[in-house]
Amino acid sequence: MNLHAVRAIYKFEMARTFRTLLQSVVSPVLSTSLYFVVFGGAIGSRIAEIDGVTYGAFIVPGLIMLSLLTQSISNASFGIYFPKFIGTIYELLSAPVSSLEIVIGYVGAAATKSAMLGLITLATAAFFVPLHIEHPVWMLAFLFLTCITFSLFGFIIGIWARNFEQLQLIPLLIVTPLAFLGGSFYSIDMLPPLWRTISLANPVVYLVSGFRWSFFGTADVGIQISLAITLLFLVACLAIVTWIFRTGYRLKN
Amino acid sequence: MQPIVSISDVSKTYATGFEALKHVTLDIHKGEIFALLGPNGAGKTTLISIICGIVRASTGRVIADGHDIIGEYRQARFKIGLVPQELTTDAFETVWATVTHSRGLFGRSSNPAYIEKVLKDLSLWDKKDSKIMTLSGGMKRRVMIAKALSHEPTILFLDEPTAGVDVELRRDMWNLVRSLRESGVTIILTTHYIDEAEEMADRVGVINKGEIILVEEKKALMRKLGKKEITLELAKALDRIPDALAHHKLDLSADGHELTYSYDTQGERTGITTLLHDLAEAGIRFRDLNTKQSSLEEIFVNLVRERS
Ligand SMILES: Nc1ncnc2c1ncn2[C@@H]1O[C@H](COP(=O)(O)OP(=O)(O)OP(=O)(O)O)[C@@H](O)[C@H]1O
Ligand SMILES: [Mg+2]
Repeated sequence: MNLHAVRAIYKFEMARTFRTLLQSVVSPVLSTSLYFVVFGGAIGSRIAEIDGVTYGAFIVPGLIMLSLLTQSISNASFGIYFPKFIGTIYELLSAPVSSLEIVIGYVGAAATKSAMLGLITLATAAFFVPLHIEHPVWMLAFLFLTCITFSLFGFIIGIWARNFEQLQLIPLLIVTPLAFLGGSFYSIDMLPPLWRTISLANPVVYLVSGFRWSFFGTADVGIQISLAITLLFLVACLAIVTWIFRTGYRLKN
Repeated sequence: MQPIVSISDVSKTYATGFEALKHVTLDIHKGEIFALLGPNGAGKTTLISIICGIVRASTGRVIADGHDIIGEYRQARFKIGLVPQELTTDAFETVWATVTHSRGLFGRSSNPAYIEKVLKDLSLWDKKDSKIMTLSGGMKRRVMIAKALSHEPTILFLDEPTAGVDVELRRDMWNLVRSLRESGVTIILTTHYIDEAEEMADRVGVINKGEIILVEEKKALMRKLGKKEITLELAKALDRIPDALAHHKLDLSADGHELTYSYDTQGERTGITTLLHDLAEAGIRFRDLNTKQSSLEEIFVNLVRERS
């Protein structure tokens, strides 16, 4: 294992994060605050408690999940797309590093950043609503698992994308709708039966549900199923990444 | 002698169907400076990219320092440094950060003293804390060289290191390459400046349309092709070469006005003295005389033209 290389990639990527730290931190704090003013304060006061949890508290896990998904994907996809775009990828391709080391470096850095932002979102939320976390260890486990899985997903998008439009395309067209329809702001039990069934095809439902369970001890779907689906997605992403490096897909001529 | 890089039967067909390399076989000797010459699109960059792991060969295999570049890519790449043709650097990083990063990427533990030496050798030391985007093109190229040297490679590829570089930096570059060679580094460079190959290389390879058409010791090449010619412009046209001069292997031009004599500059006797003596004896007078030596450039142009 070329640990020097893993460390070099990780440090280099984190340096990029810290260069833009202020804007990285300001935006989740701001958007979280806005969500709380609108959903928690204005609308939430007219919504009944869900499973004994006030609406303001209820949306916290969903909000954090939303930020984890979008941040993980955008950090990781940009992290690998950028060297491809400016051409510095030549160095990575000619270095004595394995695909596993590349992935650990890039995905690790992207996941670290989004986990940091997720925790900042959590801290901001705690400022608006009193929070009690039922299963803190599970909460962190779900948080990191989500960061890693979706950073891997973002990494794949970054390798696949040939231009900046494509880089934005999947997050915009697929991830954001799935995240909003995944029960971030409501319990899928509140939906009519047909839509509830359709929602079960949305992987984000399981992430949000599992994450919410770690906060409140109640969930839309069983915690085992949530965990299983998340791990399944992780394995699928790993399989695709392995295939990419084996074939040199969009990396090597 | 065991070659340090051994390329055997390497071909490359790009996804477009274009055949950029055709059965290239080539050995690079340890410690030499090898110049790869060829016109635009000949396949120089493709060949280098394959050896460095950036492009996949369609067929064939490459051994670098005893390691297969695919099967034992770690050991092979650890030894190799590459300065690519295109200027591609980070923009927002400092010189120091980017060079240190390269060293780590190639699996070396950090060694600030060595990085300092590399930067000083390349006259980049006073720029070490500057962001790369604030540097001039020539300095960026030096940063790329520093990155390639950061992990102390023993095989160095320089893909057109002096393209778009001013005379002074070119001299610096040549000196750097020589001192690297003295420290035991094998250097493979491509260039369009024939004088550069002439000045620097131990051996020269010519590639055209994906095929290696010549590999030769530069000295031998210069000797073989470095024939010199004397052309004598005659005062009076001759219809044939007089018998008295027959043993001199002269060529008479069609109009009878010029006599051409070829000789080897490296030979022990050029035969010029006797030729001039015999000419005087035969009563042949000439108005003018000029000599001409073929340069590597002409050799190269002729070779490439012959093949196309
Ligand atoms: N990615 C690619 N896809 C298709 N064809 C390519 C690709 N890269 C290079 N080629 C073609 O392969 C041939 C060899 O290119 P290469 O870059 O190796 O030439 P070169 O000898 O380095 O030329 P130059 O002196 O201009 O740098 C060219 O005809 C080029 O158009
Ligand atoms: Mg080239």
